[in-house]
Amino acid sequence: MTTTHGVALRTVSLTKQFRGFTAVRSVDLEVAQGGVHALVGPNGAGKTTLFNLLTGFLRPSDGTIVVFGEDVTGLPPEKIARKGVARSFQITSLFENMTPREHVELALQGGSSQGLRFWRSERLLRRYRPDVDDLLDRVGLSAQADRPSGLLAYGQKRALELALVLALDPKVMLLDEPTAGMGIEDVDRTVELIRSISAGRTVVFVDHNMHVVGSLADRVTVLQQGEILAEGTYDDVRRDARVVTAYLGESHDA
Amino acid sequence: MSDVLQYTVQGLAAGSFYALAALGLAIIFGVLGVVNFAHGAFYMLGAVTAAVLLDTTEIGLWWALLVVPLLLFGFGVVVERLLVQWLLRLDPLYNFLLTFGLTLLLVDLVKRKYGVSGLPYERPEVLDGRFELLGVGLPKYQLFVLIFSIAVCLVVWLVMTRTRIGMIVRASTERPELARALGINVGRWVTPVFGFGVALAGLAGVLAAPFRAITADMGNDFIIILFAVVVIGGLGSIVGAVVGGFLVGLVEAFGQAYAPTYAQILIFVLMAAVVLVRPAGLFGREETA
Repeated sequence: MTTTHGVALRTVSLTKQFRGFTAVRSVDLEVAQGGVHALVGPNGAGKTTLFNLLTGFLRPSDGTIVVFGEDVTGLPPEKIARKGVARSFQITSLFENMTPREHVELALQGGSSQGLRFWRSERLLRRYRPDVDDLLDRVGLSAQADRPSGLLAYGQKRALELALVLALDPKVMLLDEPTAGMGIEDVDRTVELIRSISAGRTVVFVDHNMHVVGSLADRVTVLQQGEILAEGTYDDVRRDARVVTAYLGESHDA
Repeated sequence: MSDVLQYTVQGLAAGSFYALAALGLAIIFGVLGVVNFAHGAFYMLGAVTAAVLLDTTEIGLWWALLVVPLLLFGFGVVVERLLVQWLLRLDPLYNFLLTFGLTLLLVDLVKRKYGVSGLPYERPEVLDGRFELLGVGLPKYQLFVLIFSIAVCLVVWLVMTRTRIGMIVRASTERPELARALGINVGRWVTPVFGFGVALAGLAGVLAAPFRAITADMGNDFIIILFAVVVIGGLGSIVGAVVGGFLVGLVEAFGQAYAPTYAQILIFVLMAAVVLVRPAGLFGREETA
């Protein structure tokens, strides 16, 4: 028996088919409130598809998605974002010509209710300024606040993406490979950053770096070919024979 | 030297029509992902509407510059609600079929009503004649078109960079998926943005009315050049649309002056050259990953 209490995010037999190919098959996922939950699995396991389903970028073929007891299945991305579920993207996704400050302002306004007062000038919107400065400071981008984002270093771009997620003040953060393509120093810094911003929030993240998974996640779900293969703590999962086989191939124990 | 100044002004004036229309095309493509092949027809409708207004109600150029874009905005809203909105989820092929079909329909309706010979249009007297600059007599109307268009482009630029709606349009243009992830309802802006793009094409048409032959077919050549403009500037780039428009106008004017046979070809040579060096256009974003 599962109860709704203490569950931030739940999927029930969530399925996504693309023209006969099943990318996500009947996934029952449960993410505890306040937990840091990692999704791992080989390429093509359905991790990003699952993220896209959870954030409304794809419509499920079957199944339901429940966030804090509320059914959000089929809602568009912007509605889900306003329900307190924020995501980052696997591939760096920023507005190249906008500054970090503009990004954060946009994110702070995006979820606000004053969407129709679009004629307000930017200066009036500067009342967000303290929040903007604070957020940029938290991810270490104060000095780069007014440069076009296209000119930032890779690690800085990824830090800005975390600031955007944070700007939505989400209850659930979904981070798609936050350390992808980073050097060791940036990885360590990002792990620390994620740890510091995740206080009081629920985090679901995908990462291929097992060091990152091991140091951040309190629960790990292993996906393979769209299905849940194993679930447990990092140590449980690491020792699971099926997981070892999935990662290293059948011939490993030969 | 005086020739160069004259052709420059002439080219920039012709480029103004391209720049305004391409700006509308770029904004529509950016937010809707729809390549609007009917843009030439909307340009034609702008000119024809101005001519009809002058003929029937004596509303002259000054008022037409305000009224016609408003009428075309309304028309664009209707077209978006009735037709274009159904394209957003479909294969791009339907995009071509619908907007090209709409062009044929609009062109033939205008032909049926007003015939194939051009409609007359008289500009205000104050814009007749020439203006003396550096010892060169430049047509006042060309100077007016140039200044007016630059002013419109500046206003659009200010709106884009200084207001919330502008930020949202830029964000939706560059990365709609990120905009939505930030909680922005991109869909809410689709209809007004389409209307605004159509209004810009109509405005270009009004400005062209005293300058070009007003016929049902005037948009056909225009749309072809317009696509060269968009390819040169970079599809979906707002700055690229404006720069590309003026650039093509200049190439056209100097081509007509010094190598009339090759004037049109030169534009497409420029387009090919740009695509070879920068496949995404001068200001286009290269798709990475």
